[in-house]
Amino acid sequence: MTATDSAVRDGRRAGKGSDRTPRRRRVAQHRWLPYLLLAPAIIFELLVHVIPMLTGIGISFLKLNQFFLRNWLEAPFAGLSNYHYAIDVNGSIGKALIWSFVVTIGFTILVVGISWVLGMFAAVMLQRSFRGRALLRTIFLIPYALPVYAGVIVWKFMLSRDNGMVNHLLAQLHITDGHTFWLIGNNAFASIVVVAVWRLWPFALLTLMAGMQSLPTDVYEAAAVDGAGMWQQFRKLTLPMLRGINQVLILVLFLWTFNDFNVPYTLFSASIPKSADLISIHVYQSSFQNFNFGLGSAMSVLLLLFLLVVTGVYLLFTSRRSRRA
Amino acid sequence: MRKRILGVVALSAVLVAGAGGLTACGSSDSGSDSKTITYWASNQGSSIQNDKDVLGPELKKFTKQTGIKVKLQVIGWNDLLNKITTATTSGQGPDVVNIGNTWSASLQATGAFVDFDKSHMDTIGGQDKFLATSMSSTGAAGKTPTSVPLYGLSYGLFYNKKMFADAGIKNPPSSWQELVTDAKKLTKPGGKQYGITLAGASYTENAHFAFIFGQQQGGNFFDKSGKPTFDTPQNVKAVQQYTDLISKDKVATPASAEHTTTNDAVEDFTSGKAAMLLGQNNTNTGIEANGMKASDYAVAPIPMLSPLPAGGKKINSHVAGINIAAFKGGNETGAMKFIKFMTSAKEQVILDKAFNALPVTSEAAKDPAFQTPENKMFVDVLANTAAPMPMITDESQFETTVGNAMKDLIAQAATGKSVSAADVKKSLGDAQQKMQSGG
Amino acid sequence: MRESTSFKVIRVVGLTLLTLFTLAPLYVMIVSGLKPLSDVQGAFSWIPSHLTVQPFVDIWHTIPLARYFSNSVIVSLSAALFSVLIAIFASYAVSRWNFRGKQVFRITVLSTQMFPGILFLLPLYLIFVNIGQATGFALQGSRVGLIITYLTFSLPFSIWMLVGYFDTIPRGLDEAAKVDGAGPMRTLWSVVIPAAKPGIVAVGIYSFMTAWGETLFASVMTNDSSKTLAIGLREYSTQISVYWNQVMAASLVVSVPVVVGFLLLQRYLVQGLTAGAVK
Repeated sequence: MTATDSAVRDGRRAGKGSDRTPRRRRVAQHRWLPYLLLAPAIIFELLVHVIPMLTGIGISFLKLNQFFLRNWLEAPFAGLSNYHYAIDVNGSIGKALIWSFVVTIGFTILVVGISWVLGMFAAVMLQRSFRGRALLRTIFLIPYALPVYAGVIVWKFMLSRDNGMVNHLLAQLHITDGHTFWLIGNNAFASIVVVAVWRLWPFALLTLMAGMQSLPTDVYEAAAVDGAGMWQQFRKLTLPMLRGINQVLILVLFLWTFNDFNVPYTLFSASIPKSADLISIHVYQSSFQNFNFGLGSAMSVLLLLFLLVVTGVYLLFTSRRSRRA
Repeated sequence: MRKRILGVVALSAVLVAGAGGLTACGSSDSGSDSKTITYWASNQGSSIQNDKDVLGPELKKFTKQTGIKVKLQVIGWNDLLNKITTATTSGQGPDVVNIGNTWSASLQATGAFVDFDKSHMDTIGGQDKFLATSMSSTGAAGKTPTSVPLYGLSYGLFYNKKMFADAGIKNPPSSWQELVTDAKKLTKPGGKQYGITLAGASYTENAHFAFIFGQQQGGNFFDKSGKPTFDTPQNVKAVQQYTDLISKDKVATPASAEHTTTNDAVEDFTSGKAAMLLGQNNTNTGIEANGMKASDYAVAPIPMLSPLPAGGKKINSHVAGINIAAFKGGNETGAMKFIKFMTSAKEQVILDKAFNALPVTSEAAKDPAFQTPENKMFVDVLANTAAPMPMITDESQFETTVGNAMKDLIAQAATGKSVSAADVKKSLGDAQQKMQSGG
Repeated sequence: MRESTSFKVIRVVGLTLLTLFTLAPLYVMIVSGLKPLSDVQGAFSWIPSHLTVQPFVDIWHTIPLARYFSNSVIVSLSAALFSVLIAIFASYAVSRWNFRGKQVFRITVLSTQMFPGILFLLPLYLIFVNIGQATGFALQGSRVGLIITYLTFSLPFSIWMLVGYFDTIPRGLDEAAKVDGAGPMRTLWSVVIPAAKPGIVAVGIYSFMTAWGETLFASVMTNDSSKTLAIGLREYSTQISVYWNQVMAASLVVSVPVVVGFLLLQRYLVQGLTAGAVK
């Protein structure tokens, strides 16, 4: 007996005794029901996201620095000057922001791409039962189970030049001389990609595993009878059936990685190397460390606009494709 | 089914109640009455718990004397500035707070702190009780201070006695040039041992040394009107004086370039990888926490350029330290009593001893505890050869822009690319532009 | 079902590499947690020269680890529970009804996922403080405030994901329940939720982990008594010294319950297999 079976019967049993409500009342009640169901979500979204967000956008038009912090409503109107600073390619602030933006795009594409591939690979490999499957599944989820600080600080420890495990291992394997810098210079970019993938791919795995478990097995059996190989089954069956979940998963991985603050901040503190100058830290430094909340907010709004456009295009593209398919 | 729903509801109720119950005792950041004050202390000891252990008995004494209870929170340096900033926006802060003294002008500008005007100064014992140098770092020049000194700190040169003896060096260097020569002697081929270690990825440390060496070179990072003048020849030389240790002279541990905090550099020093370390007096705590014996190392003033370039000042430390301030709108009377207590000679002696800090009042400085040669040296540096970091509202921007520019230069040097004067000038110029347009 | 040899080889090699990649930091964590501080500060060694369990004892005194841990558990569990509940309701509405404003709701919710935290940290803080001043119910600095914040962080993804899962549940099951006289809520509890269990568990884990690891908001919105692990753990690194061995030991200790929790939830993820077979 499955959960659904019993659930359906449960419902049937409960249905018998209940009084039938008059039809009209029911319709009216149902018209309001979706809104009622949405209400808690809407209230919390308004409180925590939407209203603060609108305030944040407002701040981006203010000259909000330490002089006005205490009475920030009285901060002078700055017009578009914060935006001007942020996108002025000839100024050093604009230049640095664009650099940081480019780094973040590269970082995001790599991390999301690798994480998705690893997650998909492992999910397919773990789709069929074999000895040790449950153990592996748990092991793979551990990086995700560690608090970010714990997971990333151990990497920082491993990547340190003199006492780190990575250099130790590379020297033992005679790959390098064991004196490579991983936390500064250009290597810092590679380091943060690896660390971010380490933290992120288990999440891709988790989502894809959950998705695959709801795939019907009989289709695979039929395909196997037809002589379809593993690769073909994956391409012709698994991928199309997971399209909906993949669409959301990739989008969320993207947004999440793009805005990630915890990983770079833990790995590099506030002194982030130029090659890994991710935008979240960049904005943080402009706002909190330099007491320039107007400029920081303007940068954030620009990012938000960028993400809105990317997401819009992405959704348009993917949903049209899936409708055609 | 219904049972299960009930279960979920019950569980939620329990969780809400649990969380709610704890708000009651956790929410009192402010709203203190006249008999309590909230105090945000900075982390000075070897751990947050250590801070609480040290402060606990003293706070009890204060309660006994005045009847005012103190709610203590020790806040790590990572979070302190963020927390003060957010508290400022809301007007709901603690009553008393510790701040890094380099922030004092920036935070003064927010207007969130109580002014130490004549009457408030008199309440806490008068401005004259404080050392003049410590007082120089409490706010912008010509403005009423909004904080007073609490713990004094200054830079010194820590050196490993045995490594010096092994290299045949009898005395600590008396000039910067000698320091470099000694460091070369102490640097052994093969990367096992270096002359010195730095926190080269710490933008604050970098900015401190840019400032200190800038003073020696006769430079200034700001002109009289407060405009940044980062890329003057003197400042370029000052930055090079520091980066050369890793770039041209190659006497600093390469790992210096990735040390984001002084305690990373301390590890190099205590593990015997480096013979010298530039650090503030409380570095002692870290060195000894890492297991190095007090007899194995000694301290000297950081040697200066000799002769000093034209216009150069005899400065080998900034006026480092922690200040204490009171938030407006809280229990101001209680806060003043508490600040008076914390800066009293008796408490200064107890707290400075416990935290390896220097007294900020002249009376406390006379205590025998600070007459050891080491402490005398640090007190002497603080009193005579230390200058305050620029007391301007944008001081923090100065630290982030210049400090981070230097961090990148040091990283460049450590990864094998040499750093020329032109490189330094260019990155200081960029930093200056950032600072100017930061508005 | 037949599995070709090459498939088996790929599986063994691939999964082994992934296991090594995953476990290497955990190994370093365990080994370093068993080393004295001076060893951890020296050159790395695979095997400790002498073992000590002292770090595992010290972690409880250096910082109030137990309190931070319980705060984290309470905050993360509550945030996850409420987030999942709210998301289930919202997703059910979106998946099963056509109503005015549906697209607006979906788009708005998704776009909140794009808000950079730094942009609304200050405003949110101000709102919480103002609510506290107006009602006397302190959200700032309390766990409730943190719970509300975190549950909202995971809502957008949870709703989108659950709508996806709910959409795959055949309407036929709904209809059957309706014919049997079940109202919409009963259909949700007895048909939709059981069928979407693996998705709900996945979303719940996501919500829990979002709250479990968040540092930026926690660093500003908590005080001594409501501080969570994510920021509490940073206290092993002070201005004076980084207690690497204690950081590692503490990380290990606090992860054990979470990993065990995952193990227990595996059962539900697997149960989805059987539920899926009905479709």
